[in-house]
Amino acid sequence: MSKKHLENADMETAMSRVDGRVKVMGAAKYTAEVQLPELTYGVLVESTIGQGVITALDTKKAEWAPGVIAVISHLNTPGVPEYKLQNQDVIQKQLRVFDSPNIYYNGQPIAVVVADTFERARYAASLVKVTYAKQQSYSNLEDNLSKAVVPKKAKSDPKGFTTDFLRGKAEAFRDAEFQVNEEYIQPSEAHHPMEPHSIIATWEAADKLTLVDKTQGSQQTAASIAKSFQLPPENVKVLSTYVGGAFGSALRVWPHEIVAILAAKKVQKPVKLVLHRNQMSYMVGYRPYTLQKVAIGASKDGKIVGLSHASYGKTSMYEEFTENVLIMSRMMYDIPNVDTKYRIVPLNVSTPAPMRGPGEATGSFALECAMDELSYKLNMDPIALRLANYASQDPDKKMPWSSNYLKECYELGAEKIGWNKRKAQPDANQEGEWKIGYGVATGTFGAFRGGASAKATFKPDGTLLLQSAIADIGPGTATSMTAIAAKNLGLAPEKISFQLGNSTFPKAPMQGGSNTVATVGSAIVATCDNLKVELAKRAAVQKPEWKNAIAKNIKIVGTQLINSDDASSKVEIASLFSQDNLAELVVKGDAAPGEESKKYSFYSFSVHFIEAHVHELTGVVKIKNAVSVIDCGTVVSPKTARSQSMGGIVGGIGMALMEEVVLDDRTGRTVTASFGDYHVPVQADIPQMDMMFVNERDPYLNPMGSKGLGEIVIIGVAPAVANAVYNATGKRVRDLPITPDKLI
Amino acid sequence: MNNFQYKRVSSPAAAIAELSKDPAAKLVAGGTNLIDLMKYGVMAPDKLVDVNHLSFDAIKKEERSLYIGATVRNAVAAGNADVLKYQPLLSQAMLAGASAQLRNKATMGGNLLQRTRCGYFYDISAPCNKRVPGSGCAALEGYNRMHAIFGASSSCIAVNPSDMNVALTALDATILVSGPKGDRKIPVSEFHRLPGTHPELDTTLDRKEIITGLVIPDNNFAAHTTYLKVRDRISYAFALISVAVAIDLDGTAIRDIRLAMGGVAHKPWRLTEAEQLLKGKQATVENFKMAAELAMKGAKAYEHNAFKLKLAPNTMIQALKTASGVKA
Repeated sequence: MSKKHLENADMETAMSRVDGRVKVMGAAKYTAEVQLPELTYGVLVESTIGQGVITALDTKKAEWAPGVIAVISHLNTPGVPEYKLQNQDVIQKQLRVFDSPNIYYNGQPIAVVVADTFERARYAASLVKVTYAKQQSYSNLEDNLSKAVVPKKAKSDPKGFTTDFLRGKAEAFRDAEFQVNEEYIQPSEAHHPMEPHSIIATWEAADKLTLVDKTQGSQQTAASIAKSFQLPPENVKVLSTYVGGAFGSALRVWPHEIVAILAAKKVQKPVKLVLHRNQMSYMVGYRPYTLQKVAIGASKDGKIVGLSHASYGKTSMYEEFTENVLIMSRMMYDIPNVDTKYRIVPLNVSTPAPMRGPGEATGSFALECAMDELSYKLNMDPIALRLANYASQDPDKKMPWSSNYLKECYELGAEKIGWNKRKAQPDANQEGEWKIGYGVATGTFGAFRGGASAKATFKPDGTLLLQSAIADIGPGTATSMTAIAAKNLGLAPEKISFQLGNSTFPKAPMQGGSNTVATVGSAIVATCDNLKVELAKRAAVQKPEWKNAIAKNIKIVGTQLINSDDASSKVEIASLFSQDNLAELVVKGDAAPGEESKKYSFYSFSVHFIEAHVHELTGVVKIKNAVSVIDCGTVVSPKTARSQSMGGIVGGIGMALMEEVVLDDRTGRTVTASFGDYHVPVQADIPQMDMMFVNERDPYLNPMGSKGLGEIVIIGVAPAVANAVYNATGKRVRDLPITPDKLI
Repeated sequence: MNNFQYKRVSSPAAAIAELSKDPAAKLVAGGTNLIDLMKYGVMAPDKLVDVNHLSFDAIKKEERSLYIGATVRNAVAAGNADVLKYQPLLSQAMLAGASAQLRNKATMGGNLLQRTRCGYFYDISAPCNKRVPGSGCAALEGYNRMHAIFGASSSCIAVNPSDMNVALTALDATILVSGPKGDRKIPVSEFHRLPGTHPELDTTLDRKEIITGLVIPDNNFAAHTTYLKVRDRISYAFALISVAVAIDLDGTAIRDIRLAMGGVAHKPWRLTEAEQLLKGKQATVENFKMAAELAMKGAKAYEHNAFKLKLAPNTMIQALKTASGVKA
């Protein structure tokens, strides 16, 4: 293969994060750090039972405490106007905040104390006395499987992944010579971004609201809030300039945001509400606890005959949460007979949320472990097994892939990790006290593109300001957009600034589902093209030959506008402004996907390789080496792509080895809420990581040739770890996380 | 967190006087545990007596022992040349605990008084006899993966979370305390308590007493010590099981040995019977296995911590192998 792919060293020399300096210096102000005049502070009071009704709420002591301005609950809430419009009988979309004395889960917000300082509010919150009529709560999935239901979504979206599905014959695995039939458990995982969720709500007028808020979509939050409070959409402004990670936890409006807005209405002052770290486990969603049953049958040559996959996930009592756990089983491998079944179990828990690699991360754990188990039964190399079942087109949509470089991923990664050192027999490779194993797993996620707009403001000095409402939750969106604009225009990146996270900026989707570069990047390309055409039009006033210039050939080089078609015809940029006495040039651009999704199936792909060492006596797992090879089309910003991939591997190692939200099912209360009890990897847990990008252009998704990246870097990491641990020890752990106690 | 008074004292006598006149006063040094507990509403002292400025910040090699003052920071002690030379086990144990930031702040006295990390102790909505005597124990039939297998009672199955305390127990340290009735010395093995019917009491320290320092007697262990801590991640996690081993090795013969375990009981768990078994014996894996089996006598598991019955002896065998250099 010619060296087109990118390795660590290629990426280190690429463009650095444009906002890296302000972030490292602490100059970037995150929501909780924003100070406003007259600011007050809200602290939540939560339910301490899992199900029941509040019979009394004694707020007197809290109200008398120093600095307290108000205590707000279902007894005195100003109310959310939208609730009155909703039918109480239909399944609710969100938890209705302070709408009734009913308790649906342990930790539900039942009141808020607003005070002049955070400390006083927190103390007063501890003085609120709640009396309940308690009922038994149910939070354990296995104990309540009989309550599993087909989601309503399956009816409204019959072609989706939550509808019972059959291709060929059901349970065809039973006829095959080699079979795997196992259950896998993904426990609940909290997103736990570094920055806790925070909001500052200010009522500028009776019908005008400004929010400084942690969100993955300023415009979507604004629209949702406008609907809830029945405000003119243009009267709700949301600012989310810096977001310190989210991983899906900020894709929707949560109860604490409604609480802050209600509180600000009540006290007629801005209210800041910052969630406590422990509240991050149940206030803003989580990857839901999911039980999966996977059965695969194959013939001797490794050809899979049938695959059956069922998924049972937790959801709340008041809201349906679904995710695409079963997508990979339908499209990843060329299998004639596939049946899938998706169920949810309503329990006394808060509503889950999409978490990085939503659905697929959970599904790939089961599927890719089952594939590994099958490879041992067949005595076949796990990569060879995957190649034997490689799907040359999407077997689910029956359409060609827009691009698929999985074979290159397997080849590059196997060489990098030293796959030839892997012993075919488990528990057969030991150095001293440590058992050594290698594992591989595949990841995939749909490559999406939506519609977006952007605005460019170009100045005579050659500086360019670009604006989009898009959020940057960490991938380095301003950096990748700057890189796209710089490449398109020929401008030096230092001349470009990119502003985001403001609902008044041009239209953008939420930052989620790995679609930002494809969607907003396309709008940036359109905007830059429009700018070049506009500049050419003005250049034509000086030199008529510019009339024929086309955007693709126009570049800004130094202080001049150049047409590569006609190299002699240069114009000074500044003169294009002075000729019309213009201070700046403002240009907009829109971009939307075309008909391509009717012709091609769009997916990004990844293959993860892990070398794990397991201690023979203590069961401690050390990840020694991690290699991820990624097919995300053309890489538009290599350094931030590499960083994002590192984050994915770290998240995957956490998922594999330590992350677990544990509930005490007697009360439905979270027992691993603090960072002392909920373990995420520390630096010392993380090995040498090699990120490699195939870097082959996708011809159809967008003008940059890119496909999404954010999800596929975690999808498949956990099964690669589990498979490496099996190869090392001969112990198959099917319930994550793989803690030492499961290996001794 | 409740409102409280803050008083900085400049003499031990003043600290003792504050504790004597105010039953709800608490000493604060590094504050790495107490302030946390106050934020969670687990502890609500009405006065904090700041002992950071008392002159208990020396480490001194004395004729037959090593003295470490109560306000010496954990990070300072762990990196001290005399500690590394004479009591390396202590340094290893301290470096296995907490994080660099916490060790920079936490003191020796504070670490001795560190409270349990039982999740139900921290959750003020749960019953907990340690937090509210008589309220019950939520851990007994709850999520008790981290909990005790030795010396627990029906009132409490929490464990002491400290790594330092395990090493001090293995090394026969003595805790120096000062109170209204004068000074006294408490052997570390008698300093921490088993829960019994009074799990609210972690130690035998009187409410009016202060810790001024600790003393570790000289020994011949420095060449063969290991602190092995098994945990869910490599740093900043409490022990599932930890084992402190110190051996006085003569060739392959065990002249003397000290063994203590962490993560298994309400106090650091000294393994005297296993020590007796190994003393005078050859350092072989066979003997280590026998000692580990003996060490587990009387262990009792709960719903979620049965793995400790196997992990504890395994960890002990590995720690003995590492300390002695015996491979097979």
